[in-house]
Amino acid sequence: MGDILEVEGLSFKYSDAPRNAVSGFNLAIPEGEIVVLAGPSGCGKSTLLRTVNGLIPHMYGGEYSGDVRVGGSSVKGSNMRDLAQSVGFLFQNPENQIFMFTVERDVAFGLENLGVPRNEMRARVDEALGLLRIGDLAQRAPHELSDGQKQRVALAGVLAMRPKLVILDEPTSLLDPRTASELVALVVRLRKELGTTFVVVEHRLDLLMGVADRLVVMEGGKKVAEGTPKDVLFGEEVGTHGVAVPAVTRVQKMLAGEEGVGVERLLTPSELAAAVEGREI
Amino acid sequence: MIEFRDVTFVHQNGVKALDGVSLKVGTGEVVAVVGENGAGKTTLVKHVTGLLKPESGSVIVDGVDTRDASTAQLSRKVGVAFQNPDHQLFSETVEEEMSFALKNFGFSEDVVHNRVTWGLELFGLEEYRKSSPLVLSGGEKKRLTLACILAWDPQVVIFDEPTVGQDAIQKEKLAGTIQMLTSTGKTILVVSHDIEFLWPIQPRVVVMKGGRVVGDGPSTDIMQDRELLGSARVAQPQLVELYQEFRRRPRAPFIHPLDAKRWVEEGLRA
Repeated sequence: MGDILEVEGLSFKYSDAPRNAVSGFNLAIPEGEIVVLAGPSGCGKSTLLRTVNGLIPHMYGGEYSGDVRVGGSSVKGSNMRDLAQSVGFLFQNPENQIFMFTVERDVAFGLENLGVPRNEMRARVDEALGLLRIGDLAQRAPHELSDGQKQRVALAGVLAMRPKLVILDEPTSLLDPRTASELVALVVRLRKELGTTFVVVEHRLDLLMGVADRLVVMEGGKKVAEGTPKDVLFGEEVGTHGVAVPAVTRVQKMLAGEEGVGVERLLTPSELAAAVEGREI
Repeated sequence: MIEFRDVTFVHQNGVKALDGVSLKVGTGEVVAVVGENGAGKTTLVKHVTGLLKPESGSVIVDGVDTRDASTAQLSRKVGVAFQNPDHQLFSETVEEEMSFALKNFGFSEDVVHNRVTWGLELFGLEEYRKSSPLVLSGGEKKRLTLACILAWDPQVVIFDEPTVGQDAIQKEKLAGTIQMLTSTGKTILVVSHDIEFLWPIQPRVVVMKGGRVVGDGPSTDIMQDRELLGSARVAQPQLVELYQEFRRRPRAPFIHPLDAKRWVEEGLRA
């Protein structure tokens, strides 16, 4: 499969800013991958994402060079209406993107704006509600729902547009740990069932490292590390880039080289304990 | 410092958010409140600030029944950084934002200036002094709300999901700030889903579920109670999980020299 997202030599400076928010950035993401984007606050993650969903350069002024392509089409040359169908964006706080009186009206909102015919809209809303297993909430008022449910409603609204690429901005930050794990499982299932590509901005790496294909670390507007989660997290300098290496990975790294503890892949706590049990001291 | 006496609160939509909560928090304690979404954690802290008043039972803050005090009176004692910083930022510049409460509390101009400078430096926001709060990133806004609160020096400081949007370095700094505040005798409530952030702070942990307190004790005890945490949809910190995995395996010799506390230190140093 080809690359769904290609970023080539991208630099961007906001009009009133003293320096570039993103500098000389390159990235190619094959279709169907789950990619985690990490890095300290203010490292340029949000700016990069805005260049993917088209807010930059269409809504923000500044100096733009390089190119960003989604599904082969340049973001710069596409209009916002087309981009809204190819790139879905789930904000950190679902309340920022839920505003209708019932769940199903909210999920239909984007489609209504695009003028999708009524029958097709019905089918796509039902499909999205079904995918997220929230069909029973269709007639409920969004403000009565829990945070986890609201997040699912917002994601259903995104998926109803059938985007090839979905960006999730810190999707688990407001969720309890179990609900957060359920969201991660959902991402894995949607990738499998729909082939959707996910780019997830996340500070809590412990949840996602087992399922991500790739981890990209940014700092100061530049890419400072890229690879499989294992390669990046076992790398020497990752901790200095404001990335929280999960505790169990830190211990695995500490014990690496001891008999039974390898670094071929990231281990869960029970796998690590089993590996250590097998060795002699 | 804070006492909940059999407090019940029902939201307008009929949901019972607090159901017979009794809880005492002493001066200088650091208490983490954990539990699933909708467990009543935010409702609990809104009772400490006086934004919500109990339907039955009472809440006492520093000897004052919250029903007998205005929110303004309580705000001098209790500072709260809400989950969503956009709900509490409204001034034209970062400096004005920080000065707002201080001026309302009647501090003199030079005290206001000094405290604003202290807060901006503490949270690495000095370069934004003259900028609009709206240009800050989500994480920076969150830090600004904390700086605003700490500047007026309340006795009780409440952090509602303080790590949202914060990177690893900022989280470490935040943990340091909480420890610094503890050493000055502040009473601290932290509502958080971020168990990995809470673990090294080693707070007293209150577990909530369905509006009730279902667990209350030191971190080391509560975080090892997998069943209790699981019932409240809270995960164990990875180091605790690992520690327990080792204990389950008597042949693993690695745990003997390491008690849970040293696990924290060793793990963090690695």
